[in-house]
Amino acid sequence: MEHITLLLGIVIVTALVFDFTNGFHDTANAMATTISTGALKPKTAVAMSAVLNLVGAFLSVEVAKTISGGIVNEDGLKTEVIFAALVGAILWNLLTWLVGLPSSSSHALFGGLIGAAVMSMGWSSINGGTVVTKVLIPALAAPLVAGLAATLATRLTYRIGRNTDTKATAKGYRAGQIASAGLVSLAHGTNDAQKTMGIITLALVTGGVLNPGANPPMWVIVSAGVAIALGTYLGGWRIIRTMGRGLTDLQPQQGFAAQTSAATVILASSHLGFSLSTTQSCSGAVMGAGLGRKGGVVRWSTATRMFVAWGLTLPAAGLVGAGAEFLTKQGPWGVAVTAALLIAGSAVIWVLSRRNAVTHTNVTDDEIATT
Amino acid sequence: MNIDWAALGSVFGVSLAVTVALVGLFTLGIIGLSKQETAAASGSGSGGSVALARTGAYACFALCAAAVAYGIYLIVA
Repeated sequence: MEHITLLLGIVIVTALVFDFTNGFHDTANAMATTISTGALKPKTAVAMSAVLNLVGAFLSVEVAKTISGGIVNEDGLKTEVIFAALVGAILWNLLTWLVGLPSSSSHALFGGLIGAAVMSMGWSSINGGTVVTKVLIPALAAPLVAGLAATLATRLTYRIGRNTDTKATAKGYRAGQIASAGLVSLAHGTNDAQKTMGIITLALVTGGVLNPGANPPMWVIVSAGVAIALGTYLGGWRIIRTMGRGLTDLQPQQGFAAQTSAATVILASSHLGFSLSTTQSCSGAVMGAGLGRKGGVVRWSTATRMFVAWGLTLPAAGLVGAGAEFLTKQGPWGVAVTAALLIAGSAVIWVLSRRNAVTHTNVTDDEIATT
Repeated sequence: MNIDWAALGSVFGVSLAVTVALVGLFTLGIIGLSKQETAAASGSGSGGSVALARTGAYACFALCAAAVAYGIYLIVA
């Protein structure tokens, strides 16, 4: 751990903060439907998800070798650019959490990185084709695939079970839902905690602490796993509320169908070579399950706000990332100003969120009181 | 720009088939168990059909459990 400069230290801390926001932003993916159908109590659900995220972080040894998977040319990437990218991603994650919209943490990170890289090295550092194949097409495909699968599965389960007592079967559906939610949490831990490990490792390599191609040190793995688990346990209740109740009303059958579809899509996509965003798959599955039940409704106003947020993720995080890079480029004082702005921005968002706090106590209420 | 339509297509197909199959299986299992419970509670129904419903239900759950195990294997591998 020797020769860690101040800038490198700041980047590592910021990466862990991003990991933390990633955790609480994405708790909803695994647990929103589980909480809203009553399969698990809110606190139990986030605790289970946190543990599985932590386990997931240690499961796979294959750590992301790049941050963006080829979207940005990462050769000669400066440490300050990574910092600026993280600032953009964190602020966008916090902002979408404030308005309670699920959006992809990976896309926020890509956006921040694109903005910071363009500001640092110009447009030539961006691989436009990869943006289309890795971000745009998956963003369209994920909700469609997961939604269609969830719709068909919901129809099927209502059709097969139409002559049975719903009370007798609800317990079974809830058990099945917990299993699917567990798989989503585990997959999230392996994928997303490793992204942070990849960022820190890359920063250590650019800072000359590690040799290129080196494996992450143990402290990196442990801290990344712990940060994402803590974030998950904190619970992004605002987003959980939107996904579990805002998009549609879910019965146990639908919750089970949605969560199974999400888990299947995530696992199938990452192992058949066409990675789809976890958040977008889960949101799509929830809407699909809403459409699959007779008389089920999808609240399209909420869904539309969510789609808008997805569309804005890349450019918005990119703008913040570019602004942050513009400052950090100016030298050490610029880095200090950026760090101060990040802290101030996060504090403002947190204060705003207190006005109508959503916690584990009121996450499934019909109305949230504004105090 | 090179879009891997084949991979996207197979993701689509596999996700659809696996989700529907798993949810269907699980539903059959749940129904089997609830039928067996109602039959046992009312005392009606022959012993054979109750046992059959239960065995079928457990077979369905076993297949689902195998799918979950395969999912964990995919995550770890």
